[in-house]
Amino acid sequence: MKIPYYPGCTLSTVAKGFDASARESAKVLGFEMEELKQWNCCGAAFPLTPDNLAGLAAPAKVLSNARRMGDSVVTLCSVCYNVLKRTNKVLRDDKEKRAVVLGFIEEDYDGGLSVVHFLEVLRDRIGFENVKKIAKRPLKGIKAGAYYGCMLLRPFEDMGIDRCEAPTIMEDFLSSLGAVPVDFPDRIECCGAHLSMGRTDVVEKLSGNVMRSAAEKGAELIVTSCPLCQHNLEKSQGAVFSKTPGYRTVPIVYFTQLLGLALGQDENELGFDKNLWDARPLLKERGV
Amino acid sequence: MPRIGVFVCQCGNNIEGTVDTNKVSEDMKNLPGVVYSRNYKFMCSSPGQEMLKTAIKEHRLDGVIVSACSPHMHEKTFRKASEAAGLNPFRCEIANIREQCSWVHHDKTKKTGTVKSIDLTRMAVERLKRNKPLKKINIPVTKRALVIGGGIAGIQAALDIADGGRDVILVEKEPSIGGNMARLSETFPTMDCSQCILTPKMVEVELHEKIKLYAYSEVEKVDGYIGNFTVRIRKKAKYVNEDLCTGCGECIEKCPFKADSEFELGLNKRKVIYTPFPQSVPNIPVIDAPNCPKIQKDKCGACAVVCGPKAIDFKQTDTVVEEKVGAIIVATGYELMPNERFGEYGYGKFKDVISGMQFERLASSSGPTGGNILRPSDGKVPKTIVFIQCVGSRDEKKGVSYCSKVCCMYTAKHTMLYKHKVPDGQSYTFYMDIRSAGKRYEEFVRRAIEKDGAMYLRGRVSRVYERDGHVMVCGADTLSDSQVEIEADMVVLATAIVSRKGADILARKLGIGYDRYNFYNEYHPKLRPVETVTAGIYLAGACMGPMDIPESVSMGSAVAGKVLALFSAEEMAREPIVANVNERVCNACWDCVTACPYSAIEKFSVKDRQGEAVRTHAKVNEGVCQGCGVCVAACRSKAIDLAGYTDEQVFSAINAF
Amino acid sequence: MNIKLENSSLKSPVVELIERISGELVSNCYQCGNCTGGCPVAYAMDIAPTQMIRMLQLGRVSEVLEAESQWICVSCLQCYSRCPKGVSAASLFEAVRQINLRSGRNHAEISGLAASFLKDAPQQALVCGFRKLVG
Repeated sequence: MKIPYYPGCTLSTVAKGFDASARESAKVLGFEMEELKQWNCCGAAFPLTPDNLAGLAAPAKVLSNARRMGDSVVTLCSVCYNVLKRTNKVLRDDKEKRAVVLGFIEEDYDGGLSVVHFLEVLRDRIGFENVKKIAKRPLKGIKAGAYYGCMLLRPFEDMGIDRCEAPTIMEDFLSSLGAVPVDFPDRIECCGAHLSMGRTDVVEKLSGNVMRSAAEKGAELIVTSCPLCQHNLEKSQGAVFSKTPGYRTVPIVYFTQLLGLALGQDENELGFDKNLWDARPLLKERGV
Repeated sequence: MPRIGVFVCQCGNNIEGTVDTNKVSEDMKNLPGVVYSRNYKFMCSSPGQEMLKTAIKEHRLDGVIVSACSPHMHEKTFRKASEAAGLNPFRCEIANIREQCSWVHHDKTKKTGTVKSIDLTRMAVERLKRNKPLKKINIPVTKRALVIGGGIAGIQAALDIADGGRDVILVEKEPSIGGNMARLSETFPTMDCSQCILTPKMVEVELHEKIKLYAYSEVEKVDGYIGNFTVRIRKKAKYVNEDLCTGCGECIEKCPFKADSEFELGLNKRKVIYTPFPQSVPNIPVIDAPNCPKIQKDKCGACAVVCGPKAIDFKQTDTVVEEKVGAIIVATGYELMPNERFGEYGYGKFKDVISGMQFERLASSSGPTGGNILRPSDGKVPKTIVFIQCVGSRDEKKGVSYCSKVCCMYTAKHTMLYKHKVPDGQSYTFYMDIRSAGKRYEEFVRRAIEKDGAMYLRGRVSRVYERDGHVMVCGADTLSDSQVEIEADMVVLATAIVSRKGADILARKLGIGYDRYNFYNEYHPKLRPVETVTAGIYLAGACMGPMDIPESVSMGSAVAGKVLALFSAEEMAREPIVANVNERVCNACWDCVTACPYSAIEKFSVKDRQGEAVRTHAKVNEGVCQGCGVCVAACRSKAIDLAGYTDEQVFSAINAF
Repeated sequence: MNIKLENSSLKSPVVELIERISGELVSNCYQCGNCTGGCPVAYAMDIAPTQMIRMLQLGRVSEVLEAESQWICVSCLQCYSRCPKGVSAASLFEAVRQINLRSGRNHAEISGLAASFLKDAPQQALVCGFRKLVG
């Protein structure tokens, strides 16, 4: 099974570990992520004002490219997923806007593409029970906190991947790998997003709340699906909590890094060294 | 030769403003059959009606046209006046020259309005010539009422009808009557103990010789029509013989098995053989069969062993009875939107986040905590409590759009009860508005704030989560433009009042209307609030929308008045606008039977002297037929026609145009 | 403070423009405060989301356009997710931003960004940041 794959700008540069671990894991699970032959940045922000059609141009181009390769496109980054899925809905439902945008980018697109997140592929096409069966190196009960952030879930009418207030898809994923998912209240609260450009104080507070919330519930490791969340959480952990006595710093990893590990990949090839806090010592300590 | 009188009303300036009524009445004199025609300022006034009656007598009129306002307004008035003058009321017709003419034309020269009024009146005259002098249909009435639902509204209705001298059958689905009011601790604004004021009425119902109580029973099927309903009632198996049981309670003592208590809303358990609460009426326990090992697996049976009168019968089955009644009152009440609906408040998973009704159980002295406010999670006394109003109500997106009416009042009451029981505790109430419109309600809420230290915050709560054994509440206070965070020990959600599960199913059984929230529809929201459009079926209480106890009781009494009025005459007179079948033409295709929305047409078998069936034809039940005319449209052979609206009448009016 | 309400300022062209761009109707908001209650950055805003909408209802648009709040909003959509009336305060903030940006009033200068940030920030932060803060 081949699924067209849209990596996005960040996964091709700063978050290469996310990308690499996902591709390898896919192979083990029996499908191939075929990178789009041509792609451009999705824009990283879905235009919240419906009159902003220019903001739809870039993601529309991605969708039309992907459509040439198949009937679905898989993404890893929550933000790309959000932008592409919401753009897809507008192009499908609003004939007028579709005509204007597609005319502008000089592309054809029939609206027949389905935008899926890697987690959806695991849940709906492969099945978490099958992932569990294939997992050779289960995570030996490591307490992992799943951090969803905003873009993966909201708004529910467009995204629909899981319930907004008490989602379970990442926890189910972690359970299938043998980890113990930790539910913490701030797992659906914003990390601060683009405010890392100029208002790092806000990011520190917001991401700090997330980290503190997870620590209070005993999480030994945080799992994310978005390079910006990962960056913000790491930066806040560094700034605020290294100064707080008694606080134990925890690794913040991408979910596919854990997946790759559980599926038997070499831990040194998963990009753990690129993270500010290396997860390998914890994994070694637990005998994974 | 007909002798028709035409009366054209000026209606002050309402009609005369754009219609020359004098010209209209003059023009009518040219029509064959019209022997008298005039206009008048206000036909509906006393002098106007007197003039009509005098004209009928003096000119020996055998038909009357009143060209005036809509028949909806005054057809009854003029028909009554005609009848008083000795004319058959169905020989009086209205031509609507107001709503359908003068009010929609603005030509002050009156040319357009007058021409149209002349047309409308002429059409009415031609139609009238074919009007038959119909007689009202009398049908017998069974003078017995059925009340479905034994909550406070149903109880009040039953008592008032019974005290009025008529028999009542009260059907209640739970093992005991009392409804939601039995769950409450104290009631606003008097702070009366709910069960203390309710139980005397419950006992009165049980002892009243004119009330037959079917508890633990449900209405299964309803047939018939006003004055003549046949109701099938299923008495669910209690596994206890009602005639032998003395209500001693030994069986309940001895039963070793428990299940979640429905009455306590999951805060406590009850035995498998149980009465919902100590003051249950009837005081006869029932066995929860799915959870009873004796019934499921033939193990145990302790209750039967200790029962002195030997009233336990594990082999009992449901029984179905049939009752004939003349009127049905629906008083099935409400429930609360389940906590599980609210994601931002924990999806019902946080033990210390409870609903308003659950708080009532905690506050109630016969409740699971003996009237002490204790946290369900660890039994400790909460020192900080947060009440959240409008949970699910006024929420188009994720809940219901309406306001649940009673929550502002009961939340204020809760803050006061809490303060009285936990004097060193502090309550916070998040509200959007305070709706305290009833008598002494506003003063009640102010007492909570001014005397009992309740802290009211204007804003909603965005979310609630657990931390370190506390419940963290994040909301807003718009009055001070702040985001507010509270570390609470307990949170009470004033969840929305919704219709009961299965309300739509019951409505369809009865043939009454309901809205998108499954609340039952009244005939007219202002002027006929206790009736439905289905004759003979009435509504009382919260089954039609959120309401408090005084309103429910008022409705119960109001409905009793309607029913007693219905039962006051020997027979009931119905309008004769019913369909009838020309048996000679009917070819028994049964299209009319299929088309009739009221199941008012039967397949009638004509028999010869030996009792052999010779042929069949359609026959209309005059008691049920509502005169809608669908059968007339459906009939292929033109065998069926509608009295008062015959094809002949209608076509003659069209041809006169 | 004392405000003199004028009929003309209530549905002023600017408010109508904001409604048109955002697709929201400010009169739908019944000021319950849920958005402010759930907004993670409300503490850092000078005008909270509920207040922002109230000001638009009252026609006090210039105060909203000049506020810092719109630049702090992270478009996390928690407000929209919880609003019982389905109003998106985030979309209104976006419309206010757009009016400023389209008029040439940027909120960030590329030259002002720290070198360390440029070095290790994920690309998406820059792209998203520029979309929100620069015209």
